[in-house]
Amino acid sequence: MSGDLAWIEGALTSARPQAIGALLRYFRDLETAEEAYQDACLRALKAWPQNGPPRDPAAWLIMVGRNAALDQARRRNRQTELPPEEVLSDLDDVETPMAERLDSANYRDDILRLLFICCHPKLPATQQIALALRVVSGLTVKQIARAFLVSEAAMEQRITRAKRQVGAGDTPFETPTEEERDARLVAVMAMIYLVFNEGYSTAAKDAAARIPLCDEAIRLARLLQRLFPSEPEVMGLTALLVLQHSRAAARFDAEGNVVLLDDQDRSLWSRELINEGLALIDKAMRHNRPGPYQVQAAIAALHARAHVATDTDWAQIEALYRALEQMQPSPVITLNRAVAVSKVSGPEAALALIEPLEDPLGGYFHFFGLKGALLMQLGRTAEARTAFDRAIALANTVAEAAHIRQHLDRLMSDGATA
Amino acid sequence: MLYALLCYNAEDVVFSWSQAEDDAVMDRLARVHGKLRDTGKLGPSLRLMATTTAATLRKSDPPVVIDGPFAETKEQLLGFYVVDVENLDEALTIARDLGAANPGGSYEIRPIRLFLPGALPQTAAAAEHA
Repeated sequence: MSGDLAWIEGALTSARPQAIGALLRYFRDLETAEEAYQDACLRALKAWPQNGPPRDPAAWLIMVGRNAALDQARRRNRQTELPPEEVLSDLDDVETPMAERLDSANYRDDILRLLFICCHPKLPATQQIALALRVVSGLTVKQIARAFLVSEAAMEQRITRAKRQVGAGDTPFETPTEEERDARLVAVMAMIYLVFNEGYSTAAKDAAARIPLCDEAIRLARLLQRLFPSEPEVMGLTALLVLQHSRAAARFDAEGNVVLLDDQDRSLWSRELINEGLALIDKAMRHNRPGPYQVQAAIAALHARAHVATDTDWAQIEALYRALEQMQPSPVITLNRAVAVSKVSGPEAALALIEPLEDPLGGYFHFFGLKGALLMQLGRTAEARTAFDRAIALANTVAEAAHIRQHLDRLMSDGATA
Repeated sequence: MLYALLCYNAEDVVFSWSQAEDDAVMDRLARVHGKLRDTGKLGPSLRLMATTTAATLRKSDPPVVIDGPFAETKEQLLGFYVVDVENLDEALTIARDLGAANPGGSYEIRPIRLFLPGALPQTAAAAEHA
């Protein structure tokens, strides 16, 4: 029955991080772990429809995958080496402690290690994302290539290169210390956020192709949350992603132009995702351990709570950006705070806040976009036009440039009628 | 007689479904729901968010709030139906129909001891669902 097959596919996908993570700990080699998992999946597709799914699919896949890989190793050894008996008993010795290590207490560290290996600092961000999607999420190279808008061959090459880079592997396989675990968690959260942003920063025409990246990031965040159920920053990360994603349907108009938050049709926002985000951020705040993801999620929550743009609690948003600035000082965060300042205290105050940022953000599209908008509000038309021109020159996408051009057009026509 | 059909499934599996798969399941379920509604057998029913969104108040002294449900089980309570049926057999038939539309997991069929229909305004419930 098709329903059963859907369930099996779901079970294989959801067991994948845990199974590959455990096989990786066992074989200490990503390639072998992946092959063993593939092997186990093929057997599952044969066995499960007949015998029914096992009670613990991940444990089944780990055992079967491990045995299949060991069988292969035995066969390989038998062809090349004599006597085979010794080899066999050697391998049996390896198996015994493994049975103990299949303990579920290890699963959390297995999955975290697997995710952590994918975000190896040697790898550029795009390779980290591609590797995680391939190894942890199990997306096909074709699916990933489509989401990245590159050819399948190019993506294949990128993933192979990334695997080779991490293959040598300097990540220890021992149970991590508390500090190591925290450090891994921080790196993995950043990687998941990158996956999301890769899908989120897009032009309208590519949005449909890139949405799987956002969906996968949310799935990975939920996975991480199940591993660390009481970690408020993980709740904050999941909340942030679902709240941002809740606006997906309202971000572009029919012509593919970017629709800014203030102008979005809020009836298109997903109530379901908003409610999930709000529930998570409420839960996170109870822990009284604020962090950057929680603060960003709280800002997104304030936008989500406003049924019309004019209801937005900008004063609270300004305060949250101020908190974020203190946690991780960055001119981009100050720039974001300036948007809130302009709503609370007017364009003049906001302009004063961003003026010192021209040096660090001189190559940043959004800086000149905001500067132009503030100058426009102040009626300083000529300066506004200069800023908008700079913004267009720095635009990353056609949609960004088109958006600024709308402002310019408005300036021109206002100028003509004034 | 009122029965509750409690829907249990492995939530990590259910939340691995793609949007298309989830939509397909919900479509098939909607057909079963329609039949139940038309025959006047369907009471209040709901689908729950993931247990990652849950908090639990443990009634110790003083009560303690913890994250998520505290029982680590393979399957989680993901939703429930209230149905008005003649007997267990009829409740089981409905559960079979629902099960055919929705892969995996199990339904616990439990007679209802006390039923409070509540007083949620229709609009609030609809808004939450949308």
